[in-house]
Amino acid sequence: MNTNALKELLYKMGDDALIMGHRNAEWTGLAPTLEEDISFSSIAQDQIGHALAMYTLLHEHLGQPNPDIIGFTRAETAFTCCHLTELPNSGYDFSLIRHFLFDHAEILRYKAVTQSSFTPLAQVAAKIMGELKYHILHANTWVRQLGNATEEAKARLQTSLNTLFPYALGIFEPSEHEQTLIAEGIFIGENALKTQWLQAIETILKQTSLFLPDATAIQPVYGGRRGYHTEYLQPLLTEMTEVFRIDESAEW
Amino acid sequence: MSSLDPRINRLDLHKTEQAENTQLHQHWETYEVFVQAKRGGHHTHAGSLHAADHDMALIFAKEQFARRGQCHNIWVVKTSNIFAIDTEDADMFAENNEKKYRNTGGFKVSDKITRYKKSHKQPLSDEQQD
Repeated sequence: MNTNALKELLYKMGDDALIMGHRNAEWTGLAPTLEEDISFSSIAQDQIGHALAMYTLLHEHLGQPNPDIIGFTRAETAFTCCHLTELPNSGYDFSLIRHFLFDHAEILRYKAVTQSSFTPLAQVAAKIMGELKYHILHANTWVRQLGNATEEAKARLQTSLNTLFPYALGIFEPSEHEQTLIAEGIFIGENALKTQWLQAIETILKQTSLFLPDATAIQPVYGGRRGYHTEYLQPLLTEMTEVFRIDESAEW
Repeated sequence: MSSLDPRINRLDLHKTEQAENTQLHQHWETYEVFVQAKRGGHHTHAGSLHAADHDMALIFAKEQFARRGQCHNIWVVKTSNIFAIDTEDADMFAENNEKKYRNTGGFKVSDKITRYKKSHKQPLSDEQQD
């Protein structure tokens, strides 16, 4: 098995989950209602758990450092998360649409790797599927609710959708190992994933007054997978690792 | 004034010092949540929550009442759809306790069954007597 290709896949899956989880966790205590606060925080916590699962695979099977070292000590340029996960929170509509676009890609990606020829990944992914099902139900319910609500609600969601769509397409930035991953049965590849994703989000958006931007006419925002990031990632990393850096050898 | 929490500072709260006045009925309705721990088991009342409709009540209920511990299924019911007997009429129930014959356990037949069971008990083996 091509370990470089596999490592790259696991790192991007872990990094996406960690950075998205951290961003979503920024809503804890501040979300619009108590009930939503608990639900969204729980989703964020799940995502950080997914990052831990991917980093643990890298550590136990591919000779990488332990998950804390991977998560908290790497330089910004070593992260391979997509730009979608890095963007700072603004309104709740923005975070909901990002959650909708991101988690639909996540569930399809994890579902695909339940069939991976790298068995440890397939097993971990199968366990994570239940959590992702909830993420999708949560996102779809909110999008259907607000996407059929008042003019203001619809306009806010559509604006966020238009803003985030090019970034969401960046989730599927092809890797140089794409053909290897497909040939070795490790992963179905970003292109196949993107096709499934477009279909999934279109199905839900059709049940609302929102419209899906034309993917073929939009330039995806790439770079994240190769370590080029937005100006927002470094401040996030600084904040996220602040406590860890006080004493890196501390036992928790 | 700045907070120790960077997220709070990013909110620029001074810009929105005027709290919005929410009127009665602008809030979401409450739903009662019933959690079924095991397949085939009873749904047990777990608590209530606010939600815009039953679909949203379900997604909130999952995290509020079924995040920890075993859960197989959840029901949500609008609180306004729950009908109850006035608690002032609780004495209606008190009376039943004095009418044992209304209870299956209160029938004389139970004594007969016990007697029959005793008389037909298999003699214990040596091993069981120890």
